[in-house]
Amino acid sequence: MTSINSDLSVKIGTLELKNPVLTASGTFGYGSEFSSLIDINKLGGIVVKGISLRPRAGNPPPRIVETHCGMLNAIGLANIGLENFLKEKLPWLQSLSTAVIVNIYGHSIEEYAAVAAGLKGVEGVSAIEINISCPNVECGGMVFGTDPKTSARVTEAVLKESDKPVIVKLSPNVTDIRAIAISVEKAGAYAISLINTLTGMAIDVEKRVPKLANITGGLSGPAIRPVALYMVYQVVKAVKIPVIGIGGIMNYWDALEFLIAGARAIQVGTANFVEPDVSLDIIEGLKRFCMDREIISIDDIIGTLNEKVDPGGQGTRTN
Amino acid sequence: MIEQESEVIFNKKVADGTFLMGLRSYEISSGAKPGQFVMLRVRQSFDPLLRRPFSICGTREDDIFLILYRLVGRGTTILSHVGEGTKLSVTGPLGKGFDIPKPGRKSLLIAGGIGIAPLIFLARKIKMIDLIFMAGYGSLKEVIDLESAGLKVPDIRIATDDGTLGHKGLVTDLLESYMTMSGNEMFKVFSCGPLHMLKRIAAITINSGAECQVSLEASMACGLGACQSCAVKSSSDQGMVYYHVCRDGPVFPAKSIDWKSI
Ligand SMILES: Cc1cc2nc3c(=O)[nH]c(=O)nc-3n(C[C@H](O)[C@H](O)[C@H](O)COP(=O)(O)OP(=O)(O)OC[C@H]3O[C@@H](n4cnc5c(N)ncnc54)[C@H](O)[C@@H]3O)c2cc1C
Ligand SMILES: Cc1cc2nc3c(=O)[nH]c(=O)nc-3n(C[C@H](O)[C@H](O)[C@H](O)COP(=O)(O)O)c2cc1C
Ligand code: FES
Repeated sequence: MTSINSDLSVKIGTLELKNPVLTASGTFGYGSEFSSLIDINKLGGIVVKGISLRPRAGNPPPRIVETHCGMLNAIGLANIGLENFLKEKLPWLQSLSTAVIVNIYGHSIEEYAAVAAGLKGVEGVSAIEINISCPNVECGGMVFGTDPKTSARVTEAVLKESDKPVIVKLSPNVTDIRAIAISVEKAGAYAISLINTLTGMAIDVEKRVPKLANITGGLSGPAIRPVALYMVYQVVKAVKIPVIGIGGIMNYWDALEFLIAGARAIQVGTANFVEPDVSLDIIEGLKRFCMDREIISIDDIIGTLNEKVDPGGQGTRTN
Repeated sequence: MIEQESEVIFNKKVADGTFLMGLRSYEISSGAKPGQFVMLRVRQSFDPLLRRPFSICGTREDDIFLILYRLVGRGTTILSHVGEGTKLSVTGPLGKGFDIPKPGRKSLLIAGGIGIAPLIFLARKIKMIDLIFMAGYGSLKEVIDLESAGLKVPDIRIATDDGTLGHKGLVTDLLESYMTMSGNEMFKVFSCGPLHMLKRIAAITINSGAECQVSLEASMACGLGACQSCAVKSSSDQGMVYYHVCRDGPVFPAKSIDWKSI
C-alpha cells in the first residue's frame, strides 16, 4: 500500500478547484435540489442552470425522451431569470464552499451582455459560463455558436461587462469545432468547455409523430461520449487556454479519458439523473486511481495522451 | 428523501400485465405519504438509462414499500424479471402527496387502469365509511384484486370498457351517476389515471364545484426538480407558467392545471 495522498486540485487559469469534477448546467438545477442527497461542498464546483435576463417558461411538453444509452431534451432553457436568481438562489449558493459557475445565455448579444453585467460584483460567483448554443434572434434564429464571428462577438460583449473569468461553452453542432474554439480564444475567453448536446430527434412509429413537442432535442448521456472526447481532443490541440470536457461521463474511468486527452476539468451532466451521487464517486475513483499508481497530482495525468498505440493491445481496466 | 439500494422482497404478477413489487427500505417506507413516488433503476446499466418513476402503492410492516406497475415498455419488462433478493437503486419518497381528507365527508377515489396504485395507499388513510372506490379497466383480466395489495374496501365500483366486469363503459360514468344520485351531498374526489380521463374528471368536478385532486404523470429525468423535464401547464395567468410534476406535484388540485393544453 502507498501512503501518498494524491492532490486532486486543478487550476483553470486563476480559478482554483479542489478537484476537477463539476456538475454540468441544466442537470443539477441550482444545486439545492441535490443537497439532501449529496455533500455539494465535496464537488470541484457546480454550474447552475442557464440564466437569461428575464424568466423563460420553456418549451411545451413532452420535453425529454430516452434513447439508447442517452436522452434527448428540449427543455427550452426554462429558467427563473436573472433577478429571481440573484434574490432566491444566490444566497444559498454563496453559503457553499465550492466553486459556483453561472451559465448564461441570451437571444441577442445585448442580452448576453446584460446578464453578465447583472452578475458584475456579485460575490460567490466564481466564473461565468456562456452557452452559445442559443438561437440568435437578430440573425433569423441561426445559432450563435455555429459561426466563429458571432461566437467571438458574444464572448467580447460578455467580457466587456464582466469582472469574472469567462468560460465559453461550445456547441458540437458545427462542421469544425476548432475554428470556433480559436475564434473565442482570440476574443479573450478564459477557458472553453465542451460539448453541449448534439441535435437529434426521435419518432413515435405507431402514431408517426415526433416524440418531442419541439420536434428536435439535444442528445446527451453515454451515447455521445466518444464524439465529445474527440472534440475535446481536437480543441485541446488547437488552443492554449484551458479546456473543460463534457459529454456522457458516467464514472471516473470516463473522466480519465477526458483528462488524459487534455481537459483540465470535467463536467458531469446526464449521469446526475441516473445516480445523484455519481460526481462524488468520480472524485473518489480519481483519488484511488492516483494513489494506487503513486501519482502525486492529478495534473500529472492531464494531457498525457501518448498517440503511439501499443500494438500489443489496449490497456485494460484494472480496478 | 434518500437514495439507496433496496432489496426486492417479492415481485409477483397480480393481473394481466400487472405486477406488485415489495422493496425493503425503512427510510422510504416510514416517510412515505400517499401520492408520493420513487425513482427506480430497473438494472445497473446505461440502457435503459434513466430511472423510472412509480407511485408508492402502500407500505408493509415497518420497512417495506410496495409499487404496482404495468408492463408498457422495456424498463417495466426488465423490472418484471427481477428476482427476490435483488437490490435495486431507489430514490424517494419524492413529490407532494394527496391532502388526507378529514373524516365525515365522502371521499371518491377514482382510478383509471394502473392509476389505482397511489389510490390504494390513500384508501388506507381514509375511514371505510367515508370511502367510495371507483376503478376503470379495459377488461376483466386487467382488474386488480385490491386484497392482493392488502386492502378491503366495502364500497368498490368497477367499470370495464368491454363490460366483462361491472359497468360497461367509463369510470367517469360512475362518477356522473353517483353525482345524480347523491344530490347535494358534499364530497371530495381523488383521481389518478390516463390524462384524457383526468381531463374529464377535472371538467366534471370543476363544473360542480367539488374539490378534486389529481395525480399526474410526465416524462421525468431527475425526479428532484432540477431538470425541468416534467412540465405541465398551470391554469394561472400569473406566476409560474409550468409546474414541475416531480416537485410541485405529482398531486395537484384539478383547478390549478390548464387542461386545454393537455
Ligand atoms: C409520478 C409518476 C408515477 C407513476 N406511477 C406509476 C405506477 O405506480 N405504476 C406504473 O405502472 N406506472 C407508473 N408511472 C408510469 C411509469 O413511470 C412508466 O410506465 C414507465 O416509466 C415506463 O417505462 P418503460 O421503460 O417500461 O416504458 P418506455 O419504453 O420507456 O415507454 C413506454 C411508454 O411509457 C411512457 N413513459 C416512459 N417513461 C415515462 C416516464 N418517466 N413517466 C411517464 N411515462 C413514461 C412512454 O411515454 C411510453 O408511452 C408513473 C409515472 C409518474 C411520472
Ligand atoms: C435536461 C438538460 C438541460 C440542459 N440545460 C443546459 C443549459 O441550460 N445550459 C447549457 O449550457 N447546457 C445545458 N445542458 C447541456 C449539459 O450541460 C451538457 O453539456 C450535455 O448534457 C452533455 O453532457 P452529458 O452527456 O454529461 O449530459 C442540458 C442538458 C440536459 C440533459
Ligand atoms: S423530472 Fe427533473 S424537474 Fe421533474
